[in-house]
Amino acid sequence: MAPRGTIAGIDSPEALERALRGAYYLADEGLATAAYLALALGKPLLLEGAPGVGKTEAAKAVAAVLARRLIRLQCYEGVDASAALYEWNYPRQMLAIRQAGEQSIDIYGDTFLIERPMLAALRAPDSTVLLIDEIDRSDQEFEAFLLEFLSDFQISIPERGTIRAMERPVVVLTSNRTRDLHEALRRRCVYHWIDYPTAEREARIVMMRASTVAEATARAVVAAVGKLRREPLTKAPGIAEAVEWAEAATLLNQSGARWPDAFKRSIGVALKDEEDLAYIRARLDGLLAEATA
Amino acid sequence: MSEVLPRAARAFVAFVALLRRNGFAVAPEQTISFLSAIDLLGPRGVEDVRQAGLATLAPPPERRATYDALFRIHFLGEEAPPRIEGEDEETLRLQEEGPGFDEPPLADEANESGQSAVRTELTVERRFAPGGTHDALRRLTREAPRRLPRRRGHRRQRARRGPWADLRRTLRDSARNDGEVLRLLRLRRRRRLRKLLVLIDVSGSMKDRTDENLKLAHALAQVAPQLEAFTFGTRLTRVTRPVKLKRREQALAAAAHLVSDWDGGTRIGDALQAFLDVPRFAGYARGAAVLIISDGLERGDFTAMRDAVARFSRRAWRLSWLTPLATSRAFTPQTEALVAIRRYVDDMVGAGSTQAIVALVLSLNDRRAA
Repeated sequence: MAPRGTIAGIDSPEALERALRGAYYLADEGLATAAYLALALGKPLLLEGAPGVGKTEAAKAVAAVLARRLIRLQCYEGVDASAALYEWNYPRQMLAIRQAGEQSIDIYGDTFLIERPMLAALRAPDSTVLLIDEIDRSDQEFEAFLLEFLSDFQISIPERGTIRAMERPVVVLTSNRTRDLHEALRRRCVYHWIDYPTAEREARIVMMRASTVAEATARAVVAAVGKLRREPLTKAPGIAEAVEWAEAATLLNQSGARWPDAFKRSIGVALKDEEDLAYIRARLDGLLAEATA
Repeated sequence: MSEVLPRAARAFVAFVALLRRNGFAVAPEQTISFLSAIDLLGPRGVEDVRQAGLATLAPPPERRATYDALFRIHFLGEEAPPRIEGEDEETLRLQEEGPGFDEPPLADEANESGQSAVRTELTVERRFAPGGTHDALRRLTREAPRRLPRRRGHRRQRARRGPWADLRRTLRDSARNDGEVLRLLRLRRRRRLRKLLVLIDVSGSMKDRTDENLKLAHALAQVAPQLEAFTFGTRLTRVTRPVKLKRREQALAAAAHLVSDWDGGTRIGDALQAFLDVPRFAGYARGAAVLIISDGLERGDFTAMRDAVARFSRRAWRLSWLTPLATSRAFTPQTEALVAIRRYVDDMVGAGSTQAIVALVLSLNDRRAA
């Protein structure tokens, strides 16, 4: 048995931060601490933040660090047990009943069970990371159901009985905060609010993610994106948009466009809302000039 | 209690108690997590304790500053500042433009010219007179479950007729009959209640109706669990939590305490824009039945109000503007602002009485179909 508080050779938040960096994810101290505590205490990790700050990427990086398979459950309004847990393969069951004729047959065997993300994670807790993405999109009934799952890590299938995880699975939940999550759900989890990174860290992220981008370009993009985030936009550009913008501008520059112009022409990858574009267009030149200065 | 705790743990448990006294909801199991987290991280530094607290006690992000201040007071022995209340996210203060000096609101006189819509903030606490149950509200409570707007849900339920076969049930049924499928059971989509968003103008020019409108919001909240309610005047305040309280007096008192811009000036355009600029709030409008209860007496330039209403109409399932100025069925808006927004709203009807508003709310489903 590994010493207490050590998971896959990681014994402190700093060790986890280093490991995440190896998986091309730059975590700040708060995130590294929260993720480490979640792993060490065997609790789910709840990440909240604006869209595009890297919540889903964080889960992918944790899976990569632990060398586990990532199972993703995308939530939506109306997500239910047959999409999240399991479903029976009914056509196959019916065929089996017909074929069996007079013989007895178990139609609730594994061959007829279709595993959905939560059951899959429960059955292989030591080799998977379960990501429950954008939980704020699901409805309240599903949240209540999740609460039960996250406290006991077990699932009841009426035909089969209760399936319990042999050890606590690693679970990461993300939320864009389009609505308040239930207090009880927050209580069950280790919580971290991911903010937009500092300009310095974001520039490093851009360079790490897009190897073709020069340092000056990365800094200019990050400065411009930082300014855009302070504007009252419908959808502020996230980190992913910053990376794409830097890549797109570099590409245009290589095919002959001059510098501030390359940014301007590729603004469409950073701002994806017609109203936002109309709002910012008049001041874009000044904003870019400041950012590239 | 403190005798059974190890001495080292006392400071941390005391910190949790301090948080609770300052309005943070911390459950016992979170305290346990907090202690085990500190134990795990080892005696390294006070920053680790702070981070462990953030992760396990989960203070809401908007109260982070308060948390940090309390932390410094408790563990670093900092002096308590006179007031350690972080800016509450539920209230948005609208930008003041220029020096705010204007004439006081002339709320007692009936006026349609818009001169009572003043810009200065006038923050007062309001008391509600206890009132008897209104017939209209009783009608709302009685008929709402059947007649509130609904949308098709994602989940399916058993039905005699429906587009899908209920394979699970059919199979169970057939197992009982030696694998013979005797009848195919059906499923259909469940109908779910639509989101409702109510924005109530509490400025001076709406003074006569404010009490009634909040009572209405409370009655609606009791029958429509997915309701969101806001008030606006010189500020935008989320009053969803207070109006969801069961007892009406309690709900109104809580709302009165929360809202501080009663009977003051109004900046409708700014208030609506501010609402849409907060992504979390703007999400409430998407696909929702939106009711804006306001006289639309915008002071000065109304382009901000028009643009905001246009944005609302793109997000909402149906946008209803309820104005006390519309008294008859054949109402044509007179003020420029109302004329400008007319083409963006689906309904522009009277809100002179609670009956009228209730009638609109209950007819939303049919109006859409028509």
